[in-house]
Amino acid sequence: MTLGLLSQYVFNGLMLGMIYAMVAVGFTLFFGVLDVIKFSHGDVLMVGAFTGLATYLGLEALGIDSPLTQLLVMTVVASLSMALLGALIAKYLVLPLRLAPPLNTLLITLMLGSVLREVVRLFYPQGSNPKPFPRLLPADFVSFGSFTLRADSMILLLAGFAAIVAVHLVITRTKLGLAIRAVAQDAETARIMGINFEFIVLLTFAIGSGMAALGGLMNGLYYNEINFGMGLLLGVIGFSAAVIGGLGNIYGAILGGFLFSALQSIGAVSLPALFPGTSTAYKDVFAFAVVIMFMAWRPTGLIAEKKSERV
Amino acid sequence: MKRLFDPASAAPALISMAGVTLFAVLFLHAESQSAILGLCIGMAVALFLLARFGWNALATASFAGHSRTAQASVVAGVLVIAAVFYDQHFPLLMLASVLLYIVVCLGLNIQFGYAGVVNFAGAAFFGIGCYTAAVLTNHTALPHLLVVLAGGLMAAVIGSLLILPVLRTYGHYAALITIAFGILFRVFLEVNDALGGPQGMKLPGMEIFGWKLNDGLVFGETEISFYANYVLLALAMAAVAFMLVRRLERSWIGLALDAVRLDETACAAFGIDVARWKITAFTLGNFLAGLAGAVYAMMTGFVAPNSFTFGDSLILVSIVLLGGIGNPWGLTVAAAVVVMLPEKLQFIQEYRLLLYAGLVILILLFRPGGLMPRQVRDYLPGWKP
Repeated sequence: MTLGLLSQYVFNGLMLGMIYAMVAVGFTLFFGVLDVIKFSHGDVLMVGAFTGLATYLGLEALGIDSPLTQLLVMTVVASLSMALLGALIAKYLVLPLRLAPPLNTLLITLMLGSVLREVVRLFYPQGSNPKPFPRLLPADFVSFGSFTLRADSMILLLAGFAAIVAVHLVITRTKLGLAIRAVAQDAETARIMGINFEFIVLLTFAIGSGMAALGGLMNGLYYNEINFGMGLLLGVIGFSAAVIGGLGNIYGAILGGFLFSALQSIGAVSLPALFPGTSTAYKDVFAFAVVIMFMAWRPTGLIAEKKSERV
Repeated sequence: MKRLFDPASAAPALISMAGVTLFAVLFLHAESQSAILGLCIGMAVALFLLARFGWNALATASFAGHSRTAQASVVAGVLVIAAVFYDQHFPLLMLASVLLYIVVCLGLNIQFGYAGVVNFAGAAFFGIGCYTAAVLTNHTALPHLLVVLAGGLMAAVIGSLLILPVLRTYGHYAALITIAFGILFRVFLEVNDALGGPQGMKLPGMEIFGWKLNDGLVFGETEISFYANYVLLALAMAAVAFMLVRRLERSWIGLALDAVRLDETACAAFGIDVARWKITAFTLGNFLAGLAGAVYAMMTGFVAPNSFTFGDSLILVSIVLLGGIGNPWGLTVAAAVVVMLPEKLQFIQEYRLLLYAGLVILILLFRPGGLMPRQVRDYLPGWKP
């Protein structure tokens, strides 16, 4: 393998890893504040991408065709509406089940994911077919031998990085973030200290879901195609990434996202090389098998959550 | 004191079963969409009214007091339905599918309902049974009863690969492992050319000691649909699995499993081996799913990866939850509704996943015990302290 091809793989892996990390950050945020898994996260991402597409079509119909304006409006509309959706999910499905067994929360959000998926498939015009996503980013590229650096990928990578850094700054540097961390550490004490528990939970879900919408747009812009089923796999991958890193830890989630995409790339490259005749399609089988084995080795992820069980 | 059969107290259970059987016959017989819809609405209204007038308590007490009679009447009901539709393929195929789904869900019930081991890959274990049957019938001359057994064993063996990660993790982490396994299994089938890839595989019908189940019996002029054979086989499997689960629940093993689900720490403190019972429940559940899968594959004569998606696993979990987690009676009813309703009511076929997912959300929010919540064990029927 040439150096150019290798760097191509590395770059693609980084790009995918960024999307996975954005999904994983959402999982880890929700788990942090409420100790729940919101499994509909991947499907919220998908709905976000479809909202972005619908906004684009609306803007086209209105005659606004500057790519920059379109992109900005799409991003704002998609992330705000998904933030609202996330807060609604938290208020009406997750918070009422706070005292029920954790399995019920997992189930209810799993089922909500199915509902979102089916609603898009059945009620979005021709929702069961893959939809072309517009190319709004500059298509310039620079070639170094067999390695092509596309400007749009570079922009997406930077945008994803900026979003994660922004969330990180909000959580570590602002008063709001302090409240989120307080709720994550001990909801009871946080309430006594005058923190509006419900507001903070809803806000966290809004932030995480807004991130998912950004991830969905990035995914659409990168592949130039979206479909109703993309959320399921991305959700499972994001969840795996968050778990590999250690639930509740934002660095763990980012690390996990890049690790998962690295696993996929390794699977895609090494499996056909090691066992001639196997197709690269085994990369997901390989990645998930490694995740399962990893879980047997480190059940609580790389950066384990600090907890002791009170009996 | 030896309890004698008391017709008066058994009557409510028998009348209920007769009513359900009559409804099932009418439902399967109805052709037009409006008639089917009317029947369903009529049944719902009737159930509501009966509940208003206290019939449910009566029937429940009667079922509890005469569990053998009640079980026999269910078997008789299925046989009556099969006899009514003896020459029609479609209703019998549905009946057999419901019975096989009941077997799978009984397996999931042991895992979710008793031991509290989550398994979101039910369809994958069912699929392992299907594919084992497909490979063995196509490439070996193994007797088909052994093939069915091999389907179950294969599911149990492949499931045991997951035991270590499932045991070491808990809650959400364990859920992730089974979800990842389900997706891994499906992707593996799709890209594996030896197993037919996305197109799947064909397989021959079942043959037990020279009796070909795919040949319909002919008595003079009348020909009985060959699916009737599978209904009988599936009924036998479902009955055995049902008895197994009921006895398991009643025994000390059931108590140990409940204890494991409710509080692992307390369990370990009292000397109950948590790992042992989790492994037992997980393996037994997968075994049942694999058995049912092998028979299902031979009945339909065709397996393809698209039948074993994550959505299908979710439907299986929905059946267990809708019926009432931990209640084998509840999942029997739920399996019949979930499998048959979309097949008959064509216009909801497209919306079925949406419908079930919505229903499960409502159930979890407003009636977490399911439609027929599990009752506390009743070791001495009718005994009041």
